[in-house]
Amino acid sequence: MNELIPYIVLFPLLGFAINGLFGWKYKTNPIAGVIATLAVTASFVVACMVFFNMVGATEEHRVLKVTVMDWISVGKVNVGISYLIDQLSIIFVLVITGVGALIHLYSMGYMKGDPGYARFFTYLNLFIVMMLQLVMADNYLLTFLGWEGVGLCSYLLIGFWYEEVKNGDAAKKAFIVNRIGDFGFLVAMGIMLVTFGTLNYQDVANGALSMGSSTAITAITMMLFLGCTGKSAQIPLFVWLPDAMAGPTPVSALIHAATMVTSGIYLVARSNILFALSPATLSVVAVVAICTALLAAMIGIFQNDIKKVLAYSTVSQLGYMFLGLGVGAFSAGVFHVLTHAFFKACLFLGSGAVIHAMHHEQDMQKMGGLKKYLPITYWTFLIATIAIAGIPPFAGFFSKDEILWKAFSQGSVLLWVLGALGALMTAFYMFRLVYLTFFGKERFDAHHHPPHEVGAAMYIPLIVLAALSILGGFLGVPEILGGGETLHRWLEPVLGAGEQLAAAHAGVHGEGMEIPLMAVSVGIAVVGILLATRYYKSKTTLAENERKIGGFYKIASNKFYVDKLYESAVVKPTFGLSNSFLYKIVDVKIIDGIVNGAAAVTGMLSGILRRLQNGLVQNYAMVIVIGIFALIGYILMF
Amino acid sequence: MTSLTNYLLVSAALFAIGAAGVFFRRNAIIIFMCVELMLNAVNLTLIAFSQFLGDHSGQVLVFFVMTVAAAEAAVGLAIVIAIYRNKASTEVDTLNLLKG
Repeated sequence: MNELIPYIVLFPLLGFAINGLFGWKYKTNPIAGVIATLAVTASFVVACMVFFNMVGATEEHRVLKVTVMDWISVGKVNVGISYLIDQLSIIFVLVITGVGALIHLYSMGYMKGDPGYARFFTYLNLFIVMMLQLVMADNYLLTFLGWEGVGLCSYLLIGFWYEEVKNGDAAKKAFIVNRIGDFGFLVAMGIMLVTFGTLNYQDVANGALSMGSSTAITAITMMLFLGCTGKSAQIPLFVWLPDAMAGPTPVSALIHAATMVTSGIYLVARSNILFALSPATLSVVAVVAICTALLAAMIGIFQNDIKKVLAYSTVSQLGYMFLGLGVGAFSAGVFHVLTHAFFKACLFLGSGAVIHAMHHEQDMQKMGGLKKYLPITYWTFLIATIAIAGIPPFAGFFSKDEILWKAFSQGSVLLWVLGALGALMTAFYMFRLVYLTFFGKERFDAHHHPPHEVGAAMYIPLIVLAALSILGGFLGVPEILGGGETLHRWLEPVLGAGEQLAAAHAGVHGEGMEIPLMAVSVGIAVVGILLATRYYKSKTTLAENERKIGGFYKIASNKFYVDKLYESAVVKPTFGLSNSFLYKIVDVKIIDGIVNGAAAVTGMLSGILRRLQNGLVQNYAMVIVIGIFALIGYILMF
Repeated sequence: MTSLTNYLLVSAALFAIGAAGVFFRRNAIIIFMCVELMLNAVNLTLIAFSQFLGDHSGQVLVFFVMTVAAAEAAVGLAIVIAIYRNKASTEVDTLNLLKG
């Protein structure tokens, strides 16, 4: 099976190369999309073959390692382009290639006729390659390569329609905010090298285990988590994700909901032993996570841009995933990544279909009543919404509930209460979105250009993802409901050690509370839905009720002024410093001064020297003779 | 019999006169003649040494020098005439086209 693994990366790489080299020739011709989609589908097929082989193998034969080539070999440190396929990474590989293939297919419809059609698929294939590096790497450095690579692709795709300045700005924002996080990742690798002398995942984990809890491990995990807050949009680095919606909608679905943003969760899960050895970091993770989940949910309630709501919802759901990790329930976090990839990709693609139908209108205040025009989009969207709201037996219910239960049993009651509050808000804003978009009076001009249902390339992925949103949860039905916790047991060999370590620190309490808590959280979700129904289902004008709330509405709809705070605390001073000091003094005075000064000094010296060259032959002869005399004198004297 | 020293002294005097002329005269033709004078001073030295050492190669070398000097005179005169046609002067301190 090992020899198949490199092909998972190879196919999208080929797609990238072909479209990248020859894309300019076939411009808007659908061939670019076909190549890219086939490439990702091929890797999905290979990944499935590897996966089913793993399922068939005994447990100790489920970890596959392949070294493609040596990469960096300095002293004792040896880092290779080598892949580690185990129970954790194969899940991610399947999601990336599977959901990725669906989104590629969808993009063929969505991007049809775009002048950058081939360029789009080139970037998308490169993204898949990089994302696969990230999850398949057997060492931190190769993961970091993928980590930076997906950041690059995210940047390129957010700013895909670069003719508009605001798209370019959003791309820059995402890129710069992520650099701050990546700095943390780099520092973490530095400390790892100093402490363990290796970057290999298994060696680092073994080293950490033999070392026990220590300051170094806390420092490493804190810095890694800083990287994760950037990539996975947690407080304080979440501000880029909503702006990233400037990119084409399939990008939002693939990169900014289903795959890249979950790489922070992957990294923490992959480093579970390190994190479990540092209870302080775990607490930080849990606190940051729950704050992010709540803050983003509160902002999401009052957004009117359909994609912005989904973006804040993503931030909030990522918060849930980190909450799972933070309380030491690593597999619960990964489970939510999986289900979230299904329903959030479905939601984003659904919103893309809506935007497509509305001729690139994203403001929900100008939608309404789309249910009858877009039946397939409506039903798939509704299914995904129910899934994210946490209604059993849809996928989101099982994963979110597992996180909440672990937060209660291994964390604290407060974490559970806040998490449940977040669930209430999730159900509320998601159904607000559904009602505003698909129900009520039509707030657009239907005579001018009536909305139309999307083509097959676009609704097939919607249907598949909706089906997965229904069924995906059954991978992790808890034992108490008679389920086998399939996913949990599957991940046990990778995540079990960390989970046991973390649980040993935290202790488990609340025996017998699982069912009641489950009931409560379902009740909460229903309350959220009912509230949304009451306020939004048949409203013709939006936001009348919202403005009545007054102060809170103002704060939340302004995104808690976080962006403004960064604007005035970081961006403006940076610009000010750049302009007044770096530009006017360092650049103009110092650097230009040095350069121009060097030229002026040379000019002056040559002015003196040129007087020697007066063009008179006799002078030259005289100089030669004087030289000869000087030379003879020197020889005679010494 | 005139001693070697006398020849060498005459030669040195001729060379010095020639060199002074090259350095201090302005007229290109005079300078030119002074160069010839220096060459002849050297020729004299060559012959003197040749006689003193009983080696004839010095005298052979003198023929080469005279040949080259004759050729040089022909080329040099052509250059001086060309300069005169352009500048209507052979004063070397008005010719500073070589300056940087």
